[in-house]
This record gives sequence, structure tokens and C-alpha cells, in this order.
Amino acid sequence: MTTEVIRQEDVVIRFVGDSGDGMQITGSQFTDTTAKVGNDLATFPDFPSEIRAPAGTRAGVSGFQIHFSSADIFTPGDGPDVLVAMNAAALIENYKDLKPGGIVIANTGSFTDKDLAKAKLESNPLEDGTLGAFRVIKIDINERVIQALADSPLTKKDVLRCKNFYTLGLMYWLYSRPVEPTLEWLAAKFKSKPELVDANQAALKAGYNAGSIHELFQGRYEVAPQQNVAKGTYRNIMGNEGLALGLVAGAHMADLEVLLGSYPITPATDILQHLAKMKNHGVITMQMEDEIAGICSAIGGSYAGKLGVTTTSGPGMALKSEALGLAVMTELPLVVVNVQRAGPSTGLPTKVEQADLFQSLYGRNGEAPIPVLACSSPADAFDCAVEACRIATQYMTPVILLSDNYIANGSEPWKLPELDKMVHFPVVRPEAGDDPYLPYRRDEKLSRPWAVPGQPGLEHRIGGLEKEHETGNVSHNPENHQMMVEMRLAKVMGIRKTIPTPEPHGNDGDLLVIGWGSTYGAIRSAVEKMSADGMKVAHLHLRHVFPLPEGLPEIFARYKQIVVPELNMGQLARVLQGEYPEFRFKPFDKVQGKPFTAFELREMFTEMLEVVS
Amino acid sequence: MSTVELKPKDLKSNQEVRWCPGCGDYSILNSVQAVLAESGVKKENMCVISGIGCSSRFPYYMGTYGFHSIHGRALAVATGTKAANPDLSVWVATGDGDCMSIGGNHFIHTLRRNLDVKILMFNNQIYGLTKGQYSPTTPKGQVTKTSPYGAIDAPFHPLNLALGAGATFVARTMDTQPKHMQKILKAAAEHKGTAFVEIWQNCVIFNDGAWKEWTTKEVRDDRTIDLVPGEPMLFGKDLEKGLHVECCETSIVGKEEATTWKADTASPVPGFLLAQLDNEPDLPNAIGIFRQVEQPTYDGLITEQIDQVTSKKGKGTLKSLIYTPDAWTVD
Repeated sequence: MTTEVIRQEDVVIRFVGDSGDGMQITGSQFTDTTAKVGNDLATFPDFPSEIRAPAGTRAGVSGFQIHFSSADIFTPGDGPDVLVAMNAAALIENYKDLKPGGIVIANTGSFTDKDLAKAKLESNPLEDGTLGAFRVIKIDINERVIQALADSPLTKKDVLRCKNFYTLGLMYWLYSRPVEPTLEWLAAKFKSKPELVDANQAALKAGYNAGSIHELFQGRYEVAPQQNVAKGTYRNIMGNEGLALGLVAGAHMADLEVLLGSYPITPATDILQHLAKMKNHGVITMQMEDEIAGICSAIGGSYAGKLGVTTTSGPGMALKSEALGLAVMTELPLVVVNVQRAGPSTGLPTKVEQADLFQSLYGRNGEAPIPVLACSSPADAFDCAVEACRIATQYMTPVILLSDNYIANGSEPWKLPELDKMVHFPVVRPEAGDDPYLPYRRDEKLSRPWAVPGQPGLEHRIGGLEKEHETGNVSHNPENHQMMVEMRLAKVMGIRKTIPTPEPHGNDGDLLVIGWGSTYGAIRSAVEKMSADGMKVAHLHLRHVFPLPEGLPEIFARYKQIVVPELNMGQLARVLQGEYPEFRFKPFDKVQGKPFTAFELREMFTEMLEVVS
Repeated sequence: MSTVELKPKDLKSNQEVRWCPGCGDYSILNSVQAVLAESGVKKENMCVISGIGCSSRFPYYMGTYGFHSIHGRALAVATGTKAANPDLSVWVATGDGDCMSIGGNHFIHTLRRNLDVKILMFNNQIYGLTKGQYSPTTPKGQVTKTSPYGAIDAPFHPLNLALGAGATFVARTMDTQPKHMQKILKAAAEHKGTAFVEIWQNCVIFNDGAWKEWTTKEVRDDRTIDLVPGEPMLFGKDLEKGLHVECCETSIVGKEEATTWKADTASPVPGFLLAQLDNEPDLPNAIGIFRQVEQPTYDGLITEQIDQVTSKKGKGTLKSLIYTPDAWTVD
């Protein structure tokens, strides 16, 4: 039997099921295999904050979206071409995102009356016309897995838990991917439980074979490897892992070791988990008793000569704010990572938002300037973490590095840096001389020397009280306070001399789109398409949010209009409006716990262009 | 044992000491300088960390490394400092408010981890720096600026809190007995692990005489008993009286019948019992060493794990960090 192979350039698949159905594993295995095939890709998982909401309900739906392509891509895709739904609740929560004419692959085994009731459905969406606009492929995956594993020693319940690998096998067949990488992964993953290796491998193969045997599909698809990929070595990377690697790499660049004080919080916990494994890099990780202890222990570590790091999300950031002021006053290096989530308060812990920008810039008592960086993608997270380490150690300052849920859990191929091209910034310790050590004598960057306990002859005291210029002694002198406040600000503003002016991407003229953080991909996709169509639209993305790079007004002047899309109520727009009042920055806001789609941005930008012309 | 010749004056800083005249803190500062000078630790390896409060000005008056941090957080800062460099001798100066109220969480967690730091808690049962509000050790009923009709909060027993949190060294001393204080501080310095020392300290301005029931010259021989591990529990001017403990009853007996004090029993219950003799008006109140047991330290375990993993995986390099086996190459 021959099966037609249809070539596609670009596919978005979304796997959805109950949070107990293993959708994240299915998605990440599909991702790893796809990376090995050589496609460009971007992924985004979407899971509930409850670990196990009641099975089969809408609250318990967990999803994983992958966008893969033969061409360059920037986002996990707006809506899926293919929706793989493991139960009724997952289908009903997701089908509206499907592109018109998209494919639904539904596990009919979980569309019984009971399943429909749990999903609060009065009729079966597979039968009642709900899916009229789509191609629906019905497979009773539950039954197929039970048949395929008839000889397995596992209980029926455990057999059914293999259905995600059956589904994965089916999708591997449909998209012409090899099963071997996942077979190997399963063998390693369940090394001590051979019966689980056998069952899951059998389910995967059964799913794969079902594709060809059962003629469920009219053909299979192929997404050819990406052509014209820049030469180099690549890894598929998730945002939190990129941050962890970047922090350790940054410490290597500074000839230091990382000391992380942290407290578990979604969606930042992975960074702590990754770093905890990196002990052979001299990394100390301490899971502290609370967020405050996390940052304070990091400050104590920096005082003793480590690269102090703390990782958190918005609510934890709020708790750390007093200690951030201490780091400003004591002028110690510190990297604070805030993986933002939707707020305020506990908010939507597993959903994306960029609403902690004001908190990062202003959320402290007193005049407490802290450099703020924002990473724009999982791969960029690495570079930004290294940059944060550079600024922290070279300028003796805390640095806030903003990521978010979308970057943290998304993944993409990462072109590994060439080691000999990475720039070192080794820390140089002061040495004891004849004169008394002056802990607050500044260098040309206005940075102070960093002597650490254990160095003879440099004994000194620091703390949160205002410091006297040079000596660092406690001082209540009014002129000294004014000078020190100005000096701390001037030091941070001086960082501008070492940061490049970003270049807009696209066509000069009508519209400049300014973004920061994880909106990069959606903005880039939208602008790329519009500028390819000849429109005078360009995209400028800011990595350094404070201080802002030099040369921006000259760029702004090249456009008739400027728009700032953000997943908040216009925070960067207001910062820019205050900083550059001679220009008008139009905010474009979205706060739904969801990223922008390239489509909605394109519509918005097109509308702005039409109004003017 | 001393390898470094240091005099107490070598440990003074050039800063003028600014506690109120008559404050108990002066005596503590002198005792710490005396004990540290003789400890054999190099000056550059001494580090004093504090939070906020009168006691927390301590680092400014020491000629060692020092860090005056923020309210309640000294132990969290000290955890990072000691973990970063376990060779340091880290001392934390704190007060009853700083340690047990705003810093209560860090206090219990430091104790359970057995971080090798020395905690000196200056207990004057009042907030002094903010001028006289009740603290978590202020007795019930006491009138202060924030309890004009008497405090209604039950106070903490600091020693019991420490014992309950799994402290490996718990002791009590007082500002008016420098000799006893130095003996206790020396034992604390020699203890490998968290040493918690409650120091009864008199605030002359806002809570004068808080401890006088036990500490004045006239009464202290009969009203306090010094717990010395391995020694019979004796008190009185000529140590003519003894304390007999038979769980869980404590009574005064002749010196011959005094129980030998053990601070390293499997359970800390004897320490608990003797930490609250103030509840029994006929008995002396105890000072001295309530608990002293050996356990692995947090900082020691951190170093051990790093060494173990490093010897197994090899020292990590930038290359091994970034170029992992799952990487692929595009030519």
C-alpha cells in the first residue's frame, strides 16, 4: 500500500488532554524529535495551576502546542492546524483556536456520556455539528491501547496511561518523524521498570503502525528540514533552562561561582531545579525558608565573594523589595530573575503577562535605581542572563532580569555560542595597601571595589544605613546623602555606554512597533509579513529597559507613528512617553493571560496604517 | 591553640560606640572581643552580621568584616555568607524583636539546618531603638508604649523555641556577669554548628531592671543556677544547694543529691524543663548550657555535596555546560 506524502512548509499541532494524560511529555517528545529532524520550531505548553483538577473537567485541561517549519519561525503559532484532543473537555476548551479547515483528531473513547457530563456538555461535539468547519478524525485510542497491550502485565488503569505514547506514535507517522529517539528516551527514563518501558514502547509502535494500517488519514505529511540554517551547533532549549545556563556561564565569564538563594514559585522554580544539578560548576543552591531569605542569602553570598542570584515571580518579587534596596545601598552584585506571571496577587500563576515592569523599575522605598533587562525568547534568555551577570559584577549593582511564563515554558532551537567568542569580564579584587581600605572609593565607572571576608587588611563594614563617600562609614550628612543618591543613579546610567543601540527590523517610514520581552516572536512575525508585503513597518525590540540605550530618539524620528504592544496596561509605553515626550507612543494592551497572536497584531498595525493614509 | 596573636583592642573599629551610657551592650561587645581575640581565628576570617535594632549596631564597632543588614534578616544574610565561605567565623548580633519577631522564620530555619554560625540574642524584652514598644519576650501584663493597659501577648521562651527547632547548642548568660558570658561565648565559638546564646541584657532607658529578679549581685547566687554539662547542678553562694531533676519534676536538694547535668541527651526535654524555671517561683532560674550536641553542619554538607558531585562528574567547564550530548550540528 502506498500512501501519498504531502509536503508542508509549516505546521502547528496542539496536544490537549486531561492534566493526568501526559500531554506535556507527549509534546516535549514530539519537540525533541522534531528538533533532531532539523525543523525550526517553537513550543508553548498551557497547563492549569491545579496539579490535578478533577479528571475530565474543563479545569483540568492541559495542552502543548508546537509550531515547526522548513523556514524561520518566531512563535509557537497563532492557532493550530491540528488539534489532538484526548477527551471531550479538552476538545471543547480548544477547538475555537483551530484554523479554518484544520484537523481534529479525537479520542472517542473519552467522549462517553460520563465524559460529556464532566465537561458540562449536553451533546457530543463530535456528533452535533460543533466541528462543522473542521476535518474530524475519530479514533478510540483507549480501546486501541488496550488491544495493543493485551499481553502486558500492567493493570488496565496503567495500560490506559500509555495512551499518550500511542497518540504520539500516530502523530509521528502522520508527520513522518522517526520513533527511535522516543524509544531510546523511554528505555532510559524507565530503566528500573522494564514493564513500563515495554508497554510504552509497544503503545508508541502501535500508534505509528496504526497510521499506515488503518487508513485513518488520506495521506501523511512531511515538513522538510529547514534550509539555509546558519551553520553551527544547536540545542533545543526552554526559557528557564536557558536562564540557568546563562547564569552559570555568566559566572564563568566573571571567574566566579553562583550562589542561588531561592524559594519555589511558579513559573520560576525550574531555574532552581536546573541549578541544583550543576554542583560540579561550584554552584551553591539553597532552597530557603521564604522569598526574603532567598534574596538575603544571595546578598550574603555576594558579600562573601560569590555571584549572588535569586529567582522568583511577581509575588515573590514584592517580598524581596526591601532587600533589593539593601543591595542598592551596599552596592553588591546580585542577579534577580523575575519570571513574570499574570497578577496582581496570586493572579493566574500559570499564565503569561508582562505587568511587573513598573514593579521592577520603581517598586522600592527611596531612590533605588536598578538596571532592568528583559529576555525575548528561550534562546535569548541565555544571552540576557550572561549580560545581567556582566552588569552586576562590573557595576557592583543588583540587576533585575525579566522573563515570563511564555518564555519559561516555551522552547526553540538555540544556536550555541562559540566559546572563544564569548567575552570574559573577570572580577578583580582590591589588594591591601598602606592606606586604609576605602570600600566606597569609585572607579571610572563609579563602581566600588569588592573586597571579601577572608582578605587580610581589607576588613570593613557595610550595611543599609547611608554611606559616607569613599569610607563607607555611616553618615547622616545631608550633602553626602544627596551626593550618594546622585552617584548611585549616575553609576547605573553609565551602563548605557556599554550597551548597543538596537536596530529596527523592517522598513522605515510609517510605523515603528516597539516591544520588550516575550512579545518578540509575535511582533516579529507580524512585522516580517507586513514589510515583505511592502508596508513601511519596522520592529524595535528592547533588551535593556533601564537604563534605555542611547540613540533611540534618532530612531523614533524615522517613523510617522509608534505603537507599543504589551501584555499589560501600557507600562513601557508610559515609561517611553515620560522619557521622550516629544514623541507619541500608542499603547496596545492585552491582559488575558495569553500571548499576542501575530494575526491580531497585524490587524492592529494595518488599521493604524490605514487611519493615516 | 592560638596561632594568631590578637588582643581585644585589635578587634575594635575606629567608630565611636553609640549605645546609651549604662547599656548592657557594652559588656557584650567587650566579651565578644575578648573571646574572639583568643579564639585562634584570623581577624580577616571574622565576620559579624546583624539586622536592625540597638544590638544590630554591633558590627560597626568591630574591626572585623561586618554587615549591618535589614530588620530580621541577619541570619538569612549569614546563611549566604557562611555557605559561600565556610572558613569564616560568622557571628550574628540580634535582639529579641529582630530575632524572634520579624526574623522568627529565619531563626527557626537556621537552627534546623545547623548552619555553623554563632547567634547572640540580646534579650531586653523591649524594642529599644524605636523607643519602648513590647517585644515577643515582654512578659504578659507589662505596660509599654504600645501596651498602655498591659501586654496581652504571651511571650516566647527563646530557649525553648530554639530547642524545639532542633538547635544543637543552646545557652544563656547575662550582661552583668562578663566572666560567665565569656565562658559561654567560648563554648559557643568552639561548637561546630549553630550556637544560640540568649543574653539577658538590660535596657537602662526603656526597660530598666527587666532581669533584676535574677541578676543583681544580692540575689543572683540564690536565684540562678549555672548549668555545666557533666557537672552536678549546684547553686547558692558556696554552691551548697543542688537541683534534682526527675522528669518532669525539679526540686531543691542538698548538694550531694544534685543531678549531674547532661546537655547531650537524645531528647532535648531536660533542656526544655530547665529553660522555664522562671515559671516556678521557688526555684532558681537557669543560665549556662542547655544543649550541646554534635551534628553535621549545613555549610559542611553543602561543600561535601559539591565535592562529591564534582568528583563524580568532573569539574564543570563552559564547554561541558553548553555543548551537551543532545546538541546537533548544521554544516
